[in-house]
Amino acid sequence: MNLVICLLVARTYVGKAKIREVVQGYHGTSDDAFEKMFERDKDELRELGIPIEVGYVDRAFEDEPGYRIRRQAFELPDIRLDGDEAAVVGLAARVWQHASLAEATSGALVKLRAGGVDVDTSALAVVEPHLAAPDPAFDPLWNAVVTRTAVRFEYRRPHAAPDSEPAVRTLEPWGILSWHGHWYVVGHDRDRDAARMFRLSRVQGKVSKAGRAGSFEVPEGTDIRALAAGLAPDESPAGTATLRVRSGHGFALRRGATSVTPVDDGWDRLEAPFGTVAAMAELVTTHGADVVVESPAELRDAVVARLRDLAGMGAV
Amino acid sequence: MSKAAKSQVERLLALVPYLRERGGVRIDRVAHDFGVTAQQIQDDLNVLWFCGLPGAMPGDLIDVDMDALEGEGVVHVDNTDFLDRPLRLDAHQALALIVALRTLREVAGSGERDAIDRALVKLENAAGDAGAIVDQVEVQIDGADQQVTDTVSSALQHKHRLRMSYFVPARDETTHRDVDPMRLVMAEGHTYLEAWCRRTEDTRMFRLDRVTAAEELDVPADPPPQAQPRDLSEGLFQPAPDDMLATVELVPGARWVADYYPHEGAEDLPDGRLRLRLRVSDPAWLVRLALRLGGQARVVIPSEVAQRVRQEAERALRAYAH
Repeated sequence: MNLVICLLVARTYVGKAKIREVVQGYHGTSDDAFEKMFERDKDELRELGIPIEVGYVDRAFEDEPGYRIRRQAFELPDIRLDGDEAAVVGLAARVWQHASLAEATSGALVKLRAGGVDVDTSALAVVEPHLAAPDPAFDPLWNAVVTRTAVRFEYRRPHAAPDSEPAVRTLEPWGILSWHGHWYVVGHDRDRDAARMFRLSRVQGKVSKAGRAGSFEVPEGTDIRALAAGLAPDESPAGTATLRVRSGHGFALRRGATSVTPVDDGWDRLEAPFGTVAAMAELVTTHGADVVVESPAELRDAVVARLRDLAGMGAV
Repeated sequence: MSKAAKSQVERLLALVPYLRERGGVRIDRVAHDFGVTAQQIQDDLNVLWFCGLPGAMPGDLIDVDMDALEGEGVVHVDNTDFLDRPLRLDAHQALALIVALRTLREVAGSGERDAIDRALVKLENAAGDAGAIVDQVEVQIDGADQQVTDTVSSALQHKHRLRMSYFVPARDETTHRDVDPMRLVMAEGHTYLEAWCRRTEDTRMFRLDRVTAAEELDVPADPPPQAQPRDLSEGLFQPAPDDMLATVELVPGARWVADYYPHEGAEDLPDGRLRLRLRVSDPAWLVRLALRLGGQARVVIPSEVAQRVRQEAERALRAYAH
């Protein structure tokens, strides 16, 4: 603490000898002990995010390195929040259900309060979003994104056979995102030399560093959300199906339909665009006897094949 | 410096400007704002008292008013001019808070969004360089209809009853009911309205993107005392002990099911299939899951569900028989 104050109030770089003389905690230490303590303290203050700069006490001589903390880099800029803004920040403090990030959020609030913002975290909320991150790979990958550190991990492909070896991937992580309720990391896959997306729950074992912090740049203008959407399976319509759907059923299909016309009392006819035959066949089969495919023939065949499999399951 | 000492330094660096900004503050209030015990703050002050400008002359040290602390339990510090602002947010803190706010924004009604947007701009400015990485984390929430979201938020705010149409996928039907809204929660990628359902006389979680229509009634919401918000710390889906335990066998191509649905256990079979045990509250849900997976999954237990799947498939096939 005294070291911080000493370096913060100094007008110029402070040499080591001077630090040893004025900072009380270093009094009465041997040369060796002082060196060790000083190095350790310096590292730990940097870990707290305190920007300790190194320069020369006297430019003309450039012999003795000195240290200082530039106030501008150290201090939280002036920030004032109106009542309703402070209220939503208080609510945001309860969003993370994940220990390390809940801690980071509370740390941020402590600093904001110290900066003069009164944040109320006890207000009764009617809106309570929760973000959890149960995947063991979350913390190391989050850190890798924040520090721009390349990582290496074993990854199990979704359709791989259970006894096959997981593949080792080396990734420059550009970003991390929660998508349809699951966490993914997006980045440059060094082995494949292309952008790739990985689901955190399929990362196996330990995530290890594959480079130094700050060892890559995220390409300018990278939009994580757009990138993720691009890497996800193509969802643009590949065709349009004509379906007969029982009245009052098939909500999921009706929502995506371009037209719904009544056929008779019990049935409607839907025109529904679809991405892939397999995905549409899955959706149609889910509805059992409430949906019948009229066209195209390939969808009809896929649905019939699935239904035959299901009906044949009696013979086990 | 141990981990405890490090977090103490971090706290002291915030404590000084905090107290400077506010004059005298009660020690229990300080403890609350810093999320530690009053004893911890007391210990911090004992350290702070030895801190100050280099040179350590009496006038250089931070002055803690011990009389006020022991007498009225109020913390006063003086001689702290050199430390009038807290340390800036580090990258983790800035990112965690900004992502939390953006998540809140996705769920909030139009009224709150404005305050969130203003707070975000101010925080992103204050974060400085640390804020440069905020675009590297995204939280996407499956969107509900904006009109439904606004109606629900408004009903919550005014404590009004809601009349809504709700799609129940397990039974593929749209239901109509009046509910007394309790709160909106977002978890696992979806927004849910927790409400007292007057039709089932129970608290229910309604997924907002399945609310097909909502109308705010001019009737006060009146959830009974037994309508308590559910504890979500263990996850959204907590199977009830009396839910039936089902066993399903999945071919390798359908192993993703184990990733998507909470289950009680998964076991690899010698032929590469996965045997999964799931708690199921509504058998209709399992029938539809089995239909969806086609031949890729086989329901082993309960046999009634397996039979319903077969019968439904046979019924569906008849439409293609001619």
